Amino acid sequence: MDVLNHKFTPETWPEHPERATLEAKNKFVGFWLFLGGETILFATLFATYLALRNSGPDGFEHTTQSLYDLKLVLVMTLLLLTSSLTSVYAVYHMRNFNFKKMQIWMSITALLGTGFLMVEVYEFVHYVGLGFTFGSSAFASAFFTLVGTHGLHVAVGLVWITLLIWRNAKRGLNLYNATKYYTFSLYWHFIDVVWVFIFTVVYLMGVIG
Amino acid sequence: MSSVAQKKGFGAAVWDWMTTVDHKKIGILYLLGGAFFFVLGGIEALFIRWQLLTPQNDFVTAGMFNDLITMHGTTMIFLAAMPILFGFMNAIVPLQIGARDVAFPFINSLGFWMFMLGGIFLNLSWLFGEVPDAGWTSYASLSLVSPGHGIDFYALGLQIAGAGTLMAGINFLVTIINMRAPGMTYMRMPLFTWTTFIASAMILFAFPPLTVGLFFLTFDRMFGGQFFNHLMGGNTIIWEHIFWIFGHPEVYILILPAFGIFSEIFSTFARKRLFGYPSMVFATVLIGFLGFMVWAHHMFTVGLGPTANAIFAVATMAIAVPTGVKIFNWLLTMWGGSIKVTTPMLYALGFIPSFVMGGVTGVMQGSAPLDYQLHDSYFIVAHFHYVIVGGVVLAILAGTHYWWPKMFGTMLNETLGKITFVFFFIGFHMTFLIQHWLGFWGMPRRVWTYMPNQGWDLANMISTIGAISMGIGVIILVFNAIMATIKNERVGNDPWGDGRTLEWAIPSPPPFYNFPQTPLVRGLDSVWLEKMDGNESGFLPAEPVKDIHMPYGSILPFIMTLGLFIAGFGAMFRLEHAWGLPVLVGGLVVTFFAMAARSVRDDLGFYVTKEEVLQTEKEIAQRGHN
Amino acid sequence: MAEIQVTKRTPAQQQLNRKRGKEGMRNQIMMFSLMIFLTLCSFGMVVAYQNDVLGMSGYFVLPMVLLIAAVLVGLQFYYFMHMAEEEHGIPQFFMYTGMILGGLVPLAMLTIVWW
Repeated sequence: MDVLNHKFTPETWPEHPERATLEAKNKFVGFWLFLGGETILFATLFATYLALRNSGPDGFEHTTQSLYDLKLVLVMTLLLLTSSLTSVYAVYHMRNFNFKKMQIWMSITALLGTGFLMVEVYEFVHYVGLGFTFGSSAFASAFFTLVGTHGLHVAVGLVWITLLIWRNAKRGLNLYNATKYYTFSLYWHFIDVVWVFIFTVVYLMGVIG
Repeated sequence: MSSVAQKKGFGAAVWDWMTTVDHKKIGILYLLGGAFFFVLGGIEALFIRWQLLTPQNDFVTAGMFNDLITMHGTTMIFLAAMPILFGFMNAIVPLQIGARDVAFPFINSLGFWMFMLGGIFLNLSWLFGEVPDAGWTSYASLSLVSPGHGIDFYALGLQIAGAGTLMAGINFLVTIINMRAPGMTYMRMPLFTWTTFIASAMILFAFPPLTVGLFFLTFDRMFGGQFFNHLMGGNTIIWEHIFWIFGHPEVYILILPAFGIFSEIFSTFARKRLFGYPSMVFATVLIGFLGFMVWAHHMFTVGLGPTANAIFAVATMAIAVPTGVKIFNWLLTMWGGSIKVTTPMLYALGFIPSFVMGGVTGVMQGSAPLDYQLHDSYFIVAHFHYVIVGGVVLAILAGTHYWWPKMFGTMLNETLGKITFVFFFIGFHMTFLIQHWLGFWGMPRRVWTYMPNQGWDLANMISTIGAISMGIGVIILVFNAIMATIKNERVGNDPWGDGRTLEWAIPSPPPFYNFPQTPLVRGLDSVWLEKMDGNESGFLPAEPVKDIHMPYGSILPFIMTLGLFIAGFGAMFRLEHAWGLPVLVGGLVVTFFAMAARSVRDDLGFYVTKEEVLQTEKEIAQRGHN
Repeated sequence: MAEIQVTKRTPAQQQLNRKRGKEGMRNQIMMFSLMIFLTLCSFGMVVAYQNDVLGMSGYFVLPMVLLIAAVLVGLQFYYFMHMAEEEHGIPQFFMYTGMILGGLVPLAMLTIVWW
């Protein structure tokens, strides 16, 4: 069957389009496995952060209690969590064979993600202004690497979904791109999972001390 | 793409190999690349041993010696052993499960190029005269202050090669999970496929820490990070933890496929099914899992405290149990079998005592108090060479002979093979057995020379002579391979005559689509099962001949990797040259655009028609071989 | 050439699927609201601790916050990422293994890094 050009209708569209062909099944399993590996990657970054937080040269004054602003973190969390929901909406519409609504909700997801990133950049710039730069202490290196790697993942996700939305705009839904949108949403949810750990372990635990 | 002879120029052949996504060709590429680095690592070993031939030798300087031991270890583990094992996994596992290729052929190719260019990047350090010299473990005290760019080559080269390994791991996992032929349940998979599966799961979980550790090292050296700098609050023990959380599973990643190769060889050449198949599978899973629980046994002398040491000592002892189960199962496979001592079987027989010797010294070292005496001595060197050479390298040599006909369509000469075995096996024991005593007598490891009259001189000389014998064995093997290729005497489906698993039911080498029809699997050792039931071909089809969907090749994996290769140089020279940053960014841009090109272009593959398949099969049958 | 089966659902089946889909989506929104609520609880507790509100000691807030994080992650995986649906055995297995092995690393770094 011609995966690109076969004309589906809402009645013939498979129930799980993201797993309907062998290639799709492979991408589905492969991506979950990749997320398993990413779990260990972030676990290592978390572990290093936990070992090094508040460690710096003699006389160094930045601590987790003094540095973090919970209001900003709450805003970032709500943005990212909501973007997770909007991507669930998008996949719902994908399963219902509603291409336009899926594209719209994916675009909203991307916008919310961009908002998150902008707030995070603002936060980082603020720290740099305080002298809390990457090389200023082991604590800083660990913080920026952990939170920065997460931010980098968000940025990559934004590029990914933008490319998907743009590339498929004229094509509509088919069994070739259904799984691509699905794997993106898995990735996006995973980023939210990592963020839950970040706001808890870095920011909340940092404020508690 | 048909079997009709195509006029291929040299350029076309090169392009074909550079763009291939065929698992069989990629397997051969891995083997050739790995073999090249194996020879390089072997030359480094010979230089090391020559320097240690006599006390106070001045064959190389102390600095050069540090370069040699670092590169020998790094090259052998990352660029020789792993790639060659991947070569076998690539070439054989899809055949064993009845699949036409791996799950992600494009990523398969990408993984290969990442390994190749990462390895070349690392070894370019020799040409620059700035070679990594902090050991293959590169502890981030010494490796932070090592002058020149040596360690940068290490961090960046391994980062690239390691990413390739991770991709290959995921690829094999998905292939085995999703693409088994109908009737092949998990408990009917051949042991080599099982060990590939578990080793790939270990790769998935063990390589991310290495990625993180190498990034930390890169940041500290090239981008102003402070992870390991105690003056800025950092801690060097973090490197040790992260490295060994990767490093210990890594050695199990090496040995499990080796175990798988020997399981195949024992059952094939004892003409008897593998004894205790379920316990073999369970032991493999247990080894895989426990492998993640013992890393701090490399850190007993760091000062973690008696509780930590005790926990890791006990866990280390525990790993010996499933390994012992496997040894007994192999012996019991042979018991009552009809043993044919071919070259692969000879290696397997040599493996049993050699690996057991290495294993028991490992258990000795697992006792923390004794390790305080043995740590950083030649006893450790003896132990790990016994398990790696006696385990992994013997498996590689065995697998080379065993699967050579399946991959290349010819047979390696048995007599030359046995001569190689004799030189290599004797040389291996000569080199490393005596090193146990050197360790007991107090000789530390990683020393570029030693004073005379400590009772070490004769032992070191014996050790060096053994190394030369191993070198001779390898040269004979290379000669064997070249002769087999030149003579080009083609063989049929099952040249060993006793094939039990699916790869022996198809031509040697298989046509590019592997199976004309997906096979139906009715039990373990399905080809043996079919042969015993009267079906001489050993093959039961599950479907009629149909059009077959195959992937297109692509040059993009090579370009993607090239971008990273270029970016590596940019990262390394960023602080000294103005072109550093642009080159770093430029390289990443090349990679990014290659990735975008891959995503944006629709690559749905092509179909081989039913008629072509039937025609190809007919021609192979008429010739008697592929 | 057909690699997949294309079946056409009857109007009744289609309606049923739509209904199920809508219910599923409502379920997801409920989960989302729960997640927002738990997140606000988490933040609230920490702010209360900061302001020395009665009853909020570090020994209570810290484990609670971690517990809430674990629940949030579970909800994200099982509902948003559809891990509760069928054919997710392999993802579940590898994710749990990853979490367990991944949990070892912070455990080690918190207990046995020698200063």
